[in-house]
Amino acid sequence: MDRSRSSPLGRGLVHVALLAYTALCLAPVLLVVVNSFKSRRAIFAAPLTWPDASSFDLVGYRTVLGQGVFLNYFINSMIVTVGSIAAVLLFGAMAAFALSEYRFRLNTALGLFLALGIMVPIRLGTVSILQMMVAARLVDTHLGLILIYTAQGLPVAVFILSEFMQGVSKDLKDAGRIDGLGEYTIFFRLVLPLVRPALATVAVFTMVPIWNDLWFPLIVAPGEATRTVTLGAQSFIGQFVTNWNAVLAALTLAILPVLALYLAFSRQLIRGITAGAVK
Amino acid sequence: MGALDLRAIRKSFGAIDVIRGVDLEVATGEFTVFVGPSGCGKSTLLRIIAGLEDQTSGDLSIAGRLMNGVPPAKRGIAMVFQSYALYPHLTVEGNMGLALKQEGVERSAIAARIARASGLLQLDPLLSRRPAELSGGQRQRVAIGRAIVREPKLFLFDEPLSNLDAALRVGTRLEIAKLHRQLGATMVYVTHDQVEAMTLADKIVVLRAGVVEQVGSPLDLYRRPANRFVAGFIGSPAMNFAEGEAAARVGAAAIGVRPEHLAVSEDGAWTGTLSHAEHLGSDTMLYVDVPGMGLMTARVGGEDDHAIGSRVGLTPRDGRIHRFDAEGRTIGG
Ligand SMILES: Nc1ncnc2c1ncn2[C@@H]1O[C@H](COP(=O)(O)OP(=O)(O)OP(=O)(O)O)[C@@H](O)[C@H]1O
Ligand SMILES: [Mg+2]
Repeated sequence: MDRSRSSPLGRGLVHVALLAYTALCLAPVLLVVVNSFKSRRAIFAAPLTWPDASSFDLVGYRTVLGQGVFLNYFINSMIVTVGSIAAVLLFGAMAAFALSEYRFRLNTALGLFLALGIMVPIRLGTVSILQMMVAARLVDTHLGLILIYTAQGLPVAVFILSEFMQGVSKDLKDAGRIDGLGEYTIFFRLVLPLVRPALATVAVFTMVPIWNDLWFPLIVAPGEATRTVTLGAQSFIGQFVTNWNAVLAALTLAILPVLALYLAFSRQLIRGITAGAVK
Repeated sequence: MGALDLRAIRKSFGAIDVIRGVDLEVATGEFTVFVGPSGCGKSTLLRIIAGLEDQTSGDLSIAGRLMNGVPPAKRGIAMVFQSYALYPHLTVEGNMGLALKQEGVERSAIAARIARASGLLQLDPLLSRRPAELSGGQRQRVAIGRAIVREPKLFLFDEPLSNLDAALRVGTRLEIAKLHRQLGATMVYVTHDQVEAMTLADKIVVLRAGVVEQVGSPLDLYRRPANRFVAGFIGSPAMNFAEGEAAARVGAAAIGVRPEHLAVSEDGAWTGTLSHAEHLGSDTMLYVDVPGMGLMTARVGGEDDHAIGSRVGLTPRDGRIHRFDAEGRTIGG
């Protein structure tokens, strides 16, 4: 952090390492994007070259966008992801506030119980989750998926947010109480704005696995009306023939909304850090 | 009927007893200061008065009304915190007006009260700024302003000056003293700063480990400390204590003399060697190593010169020796 003390060489090495890691992460994505603009022949003949005049082909995009339902898949993914993030942030922040602010019996036990969810993958409970969804008639609904993803995201959210909530000035909350603010006002108006960087962090970490998930949409919401993008893209992967153009185009398109969401959150993240607080 | 009345207040956090039976009366218009070592429960007691913590047992009345279990906003109090605790999303004006808005006071009345408070504290040019755009001293003045606009029956301060630098601290201290005179308000003030306690207080309450050791005016505590703890705590530099022979000669288990009550000469009742001298300009502190009694501090005239290692005689002035019994209680008084 201290710029003046670290040597330029040390900083250079750090940057080399980070750049190498970035390249490693982005290479497969780049491969998908590049090949999505090529003809089927070119994809197989020369997968590592840029599209040129002879290999450039938008057939994949034409196939994907030609299927009217694909827009619906996008909308479904957006509804599920945004709905889940909203629920995770709201309930996660509320639970974190209660755990860090109030003294009550079983406070520690409750905190540990919630932390347990970080260690146990939710997919272990798939069978009983499906049974519950069937019993509650939530199969093939957005709400069903949102509930599952909220449960999946809450443990980490509560864990991260309670750390940050403990850092919020106790005096500030007490000043609010003396001035007659209710607990909800203190939570929404005083505390939440101060933990905005943490909220943005949680949102980003929660968002990506939900958007990319194939498991629960396949099991709980495979129906045409609620199908998500990730599941929809699978329809081009057949048992005998796979429409690679369409698969790559669909995957490329699927990056865009999540990228937009990420940019929105990271702006919040920076703004949150620079907001003036107490002292 | 007092402005504040505490009866047998106790507070435990789990198994730890933090406040162990405090009785206290504060008269209307009085400036009361809580002092005591760190962790003795000053803040906890103040927070109980504010209603931010509930006492485990005991009764608390403010202006004659029993306040047990009454929420903070309904107690007619205002509090100023060490960390200022201004609302970061509101302007100075918004910060000062929030409590009144919550109470449902009319807009014109709110504006008038803010104008009055900001006039008292010279906040007018800052009214539309946010806390992030203010200096530490300005923030604390806004916090005090926020307390004033509520026109509370009782002002509570928890170490309001600790985060300010020395010069600002003096300025703000004078400001608080002036406010107390102008408003005639009842104030309870927590500090661990000797000077703040002595200069501001009508009444000092010395706390130790959740118990009131002594209550009295600053000079009362200075002249007639009830026990060895108060004697050592009030006054700076601290009182010199000696046990053993010197104490036995006057029929006490321990004796104490303040540094300013020791006369320095070639020969004296006690003699020792000068081990260190601190020149403060206005005063000089001599640290004298007296065999059998330990290190004694003497306060002498500002520019007196003494060579380190020289022989120094110390003689307590007449009637300025405090005697303590084996339990540390003052004998005679
Ligand atoms: N919420 C709490 N839970 C448990 N113990 C507490 C709590 N608040 C305070 N204490 C304990 O109560 C004791 C008194 O604390 P308090 O803050 O009143 O001290 P203080 O006199 O204000 O000290 P300082 O001068 O350092 O501010 C301390 O030992 C502290 O550890
Ligand atoms: Mg304190």
